[in-house]
Amino acid sequence: MAVYEHLYRAYEGEAPTSWSRFLVIPRYALREVFKSKIFTAIFIVCFIYPLIAAILVYLHHNVNALALLQINVRELLPIDNTFFRTFLEVQGGFAFILTVIVAPPLISRDLANNALPLYLCRPLSRTQYVFGKMAAVALLLSLVTWMPGLLIFLFQASLSGFAWFWSNLWIGSAIFFGSMAWIVLLSLIALAVSATLKWRVVASGALVGLFFVPSAFGEIINNLFLTRAGNLISLWATMNSIWRGLFGLFERQTGRVTGRITNPIYDNQLVDIALLEPPLWASWLVVGLVCAICVWVLARKVRAYEVIT
Amino acid sequence: MTSVVELEQLSVTFGKRPILRVVDGVLNGRAIGLLGPNGAGKTTLIHTLLGFHPPTSGTARIFGQDITQHAKKVRAAVGYMPERDSFIAKMSCVHFVRVMAELSGIPAEHALERAHEALFYVGLGEARYRPVDSYSLGMKQLAKLAQAIVHGPKLIILDEPTNGLDPPTRNRMISLIRQIRDGGRARILLSSHLLRDVEECCDEILVLKDGHIAANCNLEEERKANRKFIELETRGGNRSAFVDAIGDLGCEYALLGERRVKVIMQETVEISDLYRLAYQNEVQIRRLNFKRDSLEDIFLKAMENGNGGENGRATDGRL
Repeated sequence: MAVYEHLYRAYEGEAPTSWSRFLVIPRYALREVFKSKIFTAIFIVCFIYPLIAAILVYLHHNVNALALLQINVRELLPIDNTFFRTFLEVQGGFAFILTVIVAPPLISRDLANNALPLYLCRPLSRTQYVFGKMAAVALLLSLVTWMPGLLIFLFQASLSGFAWFWSNLWIGSAIFFGSMAWIVLLSLIALAVSATLKWRVVASGALVGLFFVPSAFGEIINNLFLTRAGNLISLWATMNSIWRGLFGLFERQTGRVTGRITNPIYDNQLVDIALLEPPLWASWLVVGLVCAICVWVLARKVRAYEVIT
Repeated sequence: MTSVVELEQLSVTFGKRPILRVVDGVLNGRAIGLLGPNGAGKTTLIHTLLGFHPPTSGTARIFGQDITQHAKKVRAAVGYMPERDSFIAKMSCVHFVRVMAELSGIPAEHALERAHEALFYVGLGEARYRPVDSYSLGMKQLAKLAQAIVHGPKLIILDEPTNGLDPPTRNRMISLIRQIRDGGRARILLSSHLLRDVEECCDEILVLKDGHIAANCNLEEERKANRKFIELETRGGNRSAFVDAIGDLGCEYALLGERRVKVIMQETVEISDLYRLAYQNEVQIRRLNFKRDSLEDIFLKAMENGNGGENGRATDGRL
């Protein structure tokens, strides 16, 4: 089928392995994403905090620099599990912003333009298609979460020595697994929303709503019933609990309410209630359930043609 | 030689509604036309072959590969042009076809070259850098054809390829399909409700009715067989002596009205023999037609005689 011959001929060359074929999808998806200058600017902003964190690590180990800046090392944040948990919280927020920008059109655009039959008539399964789309989000989020996190961790280890690295290896694994849990949750929810709603703006709005509306509702439950059980319907609070657990900072009791409460539930009663966070297993269960629901939605929606019976 | 498509007791049901009912058949043509009224199960059959719908029972094979057990191998050998508008938004046509080529298994370094070639082949060479969203309907159809052939599949499935095309674009599409068919490197399965398209492109047809095969025939053979039937229009002379003489040659005949005679020719009888007999009996032959069943005749006959219907049973459906 050479251009000048205008003839039809089959491809007779080598073909790449079929398992890696789904990676074509994220490659083209990311190329489209980075065509936007605004997105590229936001993506660059995502690296400001890791840069600050790296500078802090550097300052901790550079006496000359501290002397030059006239800073006492004790005034600096300690480089420990709290430091890295804060890092993950900040970068997790940026990851959410990136997901809201990137993920909503990923499947919805294919559904709107009837492109799914074109993907699925090729040697590509529905699972591989979803993995491909998920890989586009996951790769982007990895670049702003666990990848810089582990780099900073290794930077700190290289400056503090092997003993520090060995005794704090669990922090490295917490960075990785904490990030992965957030990435999987974010990308699955985003893809499920994208597969359900065909309009990008509506899908973006729904994604933001799914994270903030239940959080607000959960906060209302917490304040009305003087509990922390409402955190279970807040994906932010649930993920924070998981992160605290992974970084060894989880405490069940996070407060105590004493005195006379004037709300519709307690109606001016005198109370003394310990505010207990939901147990860690419950947070993991909520995340697992949400992921399972998203997988179910994707299994129903990602089809070449929808059959109405 | 391996058959292009083999259908073995294939049934597909959506919910409680049977769409394909125990379909059996073997398709071997270079270009196979899939015909049938709306709701006959044409598109469902195509989608089932592509693995979009699982068979409720039975199976099908494409080039000997089972569609359920070797779904990926089957899809690697197939190119599909869907009926409705289908494309990846915000992408130039050449990139769209390139992505499709890569997903079909062509390495990235070759995929771009193949995409350019496919677009030149279908006649979109000059417009290949434009986004597909901006194309006219005819151009979108050609872009869909390009993505279906870019990886050089052994079987190209075309679902209503000429839908909504103006006459010049339709002619271009038909000519491309015929070129591919005549090239012999790929087989074609063409679903269309336009009998003319199928007649121009296909050498075998499968007519579906109510989820059954109503007819499956080789158009080439049908046309050859039809060469034996001749219809004459005569004037004057001794018509009865003329037809008796034809009968004496061993040919069967039937009188149609006062002027027309239908003759089934024997192998040994030539057309010149008929003219000779007409001369001897002073009969003028005003018109001589090789009476051939048009595809429309075949289709209508299949619709009348086909074993469709609620209580019908599938047969091999040969006319």
